Amino acid sequence: MKFGVVVFPGSNCDHDAWYATTQNLGQQAEFLWHHSEDLKGADAIILPGGFSYGDYLRCGAIARFSPIMNAVRRFAQEGGPVMGFCNGFQILCEAGLLPGALLRNAGMKFICRPVELEVGTTNSPFTNALTSGQRLTVPIAHGEGCYQAEESVLDQLEAEDRVAFRYVDNPNGSARSIAGILSAGRNVLGMMPHPERATDPLMGSTDGRLIFDSLISAYALTSK
Amino acid sequence: MSLTLQEVSAHRLTWSEYEKIISLLGREPTFTELGIFGVMWSEHCSYKSSRIHLRKLPSRSKLVLVGPGENAGIIDIGDNVAIAFKIESHNHPSFIEPFQGAATGVGGILRDIFTMGARPIAVMDALRFGKLDNSETGQRNKRIVQGVVSGISHYGNCFGVPTVGGECVFESCYDGNPLVNVFALGVFKHDEIFFGRATGVGNPVIYVGAKTGRDGIHGASMASEEFSEESKDKRPNVQVGDPFMEKLLLEACLEVMKTGAVVGIQDMGAAGLTCSTCEMGSRAGTGVEIDLKYVPQRETGMTPYEIMLSESQERMLLVAEKGREQEVFDVFHKWGLDAAVVGVVTDDGMLRVRNHGEIVAELSNRALADEAPLYDRPYTKPHRTVPMEAPAFASTDLTGDLTRLLASSDVCSKAWIWDQYDWMVRTNTTQGPGSDAAIVRIKETDSSIAMALDGNGRYCYLDPREGAKLIVAECCRNLSTSGALPIAATNNLNFGNPERPEIMAQLVEAIEGIAEACTFFETPITGGNVSLYNETLGEAIYPTPVMGIVGILKTAAPIPMQFAQPDRDIVLLGGLGASDETHFGGTQYAKVILDTLWGLPPQLDMDYEKRVQAAMREIAQAGLAESAHDLSDGGLAVALAEASFRGIGAHVKVETTLRPELALFHEGPSRILVSTASPGQVREIAEKYGVAADVIGKTTVGQLTIGEWVDCSIAQLQRPWKTALEEALH
Amino acid sequence: MTVRVYVFPKATVLDPQGQAVRNALVSQGHQSVAQVRQGKVFDLQLEGVADAAAARAEGEQIAHDVLANPVIESYRVEVLA
Repeated sequence: MKFGVVVFPGSNCDHDAWYATTQNLGQQAEFLWHHSEDLKGADAIILPGGFSYGDYLRCGAIARFSPIMNAVRRFAQEGGPVMGFCNGFQILCEAGLLPGALLRNAGMKFICRPVELEVGTTNSPFTNALTSGQRLTVPIAHGEGCYQAEESVLDQLEAEDRVAFRYVDNPNGSARSIAGILSAGRNVLGMMPHPERATDPLMGSTDGRLIFDSLISAYALTSK
Repeated sequence: MSLTLQEVSAHRLTWSEYEKIISLLGREPTFTELGIFGVMWSEHCSYKSSRIHLRKLPSRSKLVLVGPGENAGIIDIGDNVAIAFKIESHNHPSFIEPFQGAATGVGGILRDIFTMGARPIAVMDALRFGKLDNSETGQRNKRIVQGVVSGISHYGNCFGVPTVGGECVFESCYDGNPLVNVFALGVFKHDEIFFGRATGVGNPVIYVGAKTGRDGIHGASMASEEFSEESKDKRPNVQVGDPFMEKLLLEACLEVMKTGAVVGIQDMGAAGLTCSTCEMGSRAGTGVEIDLKYVPQRETGMTPYEIMLSESQERMLLVAEKGREQEVFDVFHKWGLDAAVVGVVTDDGMLRVRNHGEIVAELSNRALADEAPLYDRPYTKPHRTVPMEAPAFASTDLTGDLTRLLASSDVCSKAWIWDQYDWMVRTNTTQGPGSDAAIVRIKETDSSIAMALDGNGRYCYLDPREGAKLIVAECCRNLSTSGALPIAATNNLNFGNPERPEIMAQLVEAIEGIAEACTFFETPITGGNVSLYNETLGEAIYPTPVMGIVGILKTAAPIPMQFAQPDRDIVLLGGLGASDETHFGGTQYAKVILDTLWGLPPQLDMDYEKRVQAAMREIAQAGLAESAHDLSDGGLAVALAEASFRGIGAHVKVETTLRPELALFHEGPSRILVSTASPGQVREIAEKYGVAADVIGKTTVGQLTIGEWVDCSIAQLQRPWKTALEEALH
Repeated sequence: MTVRVYVFPKATVLDPQGQAVRNALVSQGHQSVAQVRQGKVFDLQLEGVADAAAARAEGEQIAHDVLANPVIESYRVEVLA
């Protein structure tokens, strides 16, 4: 399977995503420059973490205008799998591919540490290898990860079983402890935690692999 | 035009230095030239008070590829891979504006690393602040702590380099003079090393990165007649850091280096354009001629003086091969950055600065960079005003003492700080903050790099020479405890006013102590930083040399600091050690429980220390240590408590004739706590090196018991340790 | 009485936020944008102040002591109705 890792100016987890997919998961991956609209034949797109354009206006607010995002939007509309981690999640929200927004952490401080997540749904290409309620240890590293949306939107996310992950011990004040959500088509995943940082036993946890493994096996089924 | 004494002293030059300038030039300098000399001959750039003593430091070994004098030292770690690292201070700016001061400190040291071609993969910080509970200055100190930590967090996190560790100390002498020492380390291949040299006459000199503004032009210019009262408001002194710009600059620089078009490159740090032009010319033995009209400027109406002295951040100067300018521009434009040819390399050894064609400065590069005055400042005996004799003391509650120590500002958990640092980005950090040493693996090799920062102002105040040796020993011990072999060092020398002989004596003795210890432990110093005049209201800080030492080990899961399994033997490698009351006066116990300072730092036997460390590394490499933690602040009792904080405690009995306060809390070096399932093999290794390996007890669940002295649940010890810093900050 | 406080980076201090926004706008085709300065606005609702002058004085004090960092930021105070 071939992953396309988007590189915005200021992306800084792009290499980590590349390393996780190629070295730890044995898949192919290519970097996709923000100025291009060419997805280079990728089977799945990763919007990596970092501080795209410095995150100076609002996190992800400027990245959504990049040419590559036109291509990503089309790819998602056609059902292609798109994952946004951390800053990538923020960009997906700003770009309208996912509902809601990420605000500053309730404690007003950047937080970097491994946290426990609970699997909200197994009904997605990213979570099919997990079990409902399963707990994963995956790091977070963000200053603006407090997920907020209107009550009706939150109700809808829950009614449609689109909450992919919840924090066991909510670190940032996210509404309903939401750590990651799916698009209506279930092919776009946005999450604040960094599964790419939990794919190598040396980094302390390999629980992040389960998310990639889900996608890889889902892809193997569809491409047969 | 003749310059006045006032203008000269406003540039922090003495009249005799001014006369030296006139004799070098054969004429009076222009105002712009005076500004250039002022910065190049400043203590910060020229090391004029410390240089003759810095020469005593060892700087060579088989592994040193590049020693002092370049932007950072370079060490060979095998597999055709090298590391570049250095520590630098940003003390004064962090007091003026804590957030931006600390942020630009991180930015500056990162540029020192990537200007050499290395990609930064780790940052650490040694921080020292005034006390938070001081009734007069506590509130200000809290704001400084919060500002400095968020500044480091902001810059490092956004840039994408992990902040993997460091230290944080609170002491009254840092009131009004906090210390912010930032260490950075980068990695590259041997053939990717670049130098700050302007070689090749006729080659273009290219300015890249952020535009130049009036940032950081202070002191000197304020006294100048050119500025009127109302222009004061417009004159910002504080540099603002832009980590996003720096990230783009990093990627663009590493990419442009790969084109082969770059001959030399240097960052613009202190004294910006001035320092980079004359240092690059001086190192290459060439001249550099620039015209300021080509310098990208953020503001209008800047004078040549301002442009040359601006300390705007995130800028680099590079020399490219003639005819390949376009390749350089293409890369920088791809990353959305400015790049402009501002001048050319010449053969006459001069720094010639034009403004729209007119010469505004014409000086010899060597005069600026290498002929700064050198001072052999007089020194007497190191300043100290505390007694040798210990006060009378007798503890009535040793468990209570331990709890208070664990909750004290130096010993307590610093998680409040490092939770704000992204210490994992780049997925190399196998051992993060809060450990004896931080470890990052080097991808594409089997090697990892361990690193630690250590300082101890109290020890060095009592005895700068012995204190400095203890710091080197401890820093190496932190690495050895992780199984790493210490290979090289950098140092940050934070001292008071060198014009006071008793302060100069502290500096000289500390340098000689570092030299002796670094020679003995085979960790040459490849570079560093000297920060002098750290005083508030005439009161100097404690002499505070900070060591940053790096070590190498095979990549593997790290040995945890905390006990991992119950019912294992606890070995005190190195033995209980010795202390008397005189050598107890610099300890955390003396500071926290007795609130005083006296006597001498702990006694160090360097030969024994080295053997303990060698034994530890062998134990680690043989996989015999289930946990390992070195003894430092707070001695044995604190180390046992810290090792228990994963819930596995210890039941320990100490055979000693020492009085309990000393046995539990003395800070004698050369001691490491190891838990093991194979005590026999551990002892065998220890015997081979001729060092003690006392089995002092066994790991248990939930409780820490030390003889008759301490008996407490781990939860009760851990709670205050965990929450103390956050509570002190609110 | 409502007092509005504008806080901006001083005119000559680097404003990385404003610069990034400006570059984004230019790349969106808004070529005319020469410079962007990004600041903050605070509306302070004051109770029990005597008059507009007192409100302004209070606002100035708050702006200087708390809302702005005088080292790098300047501020302006307006009394709204």
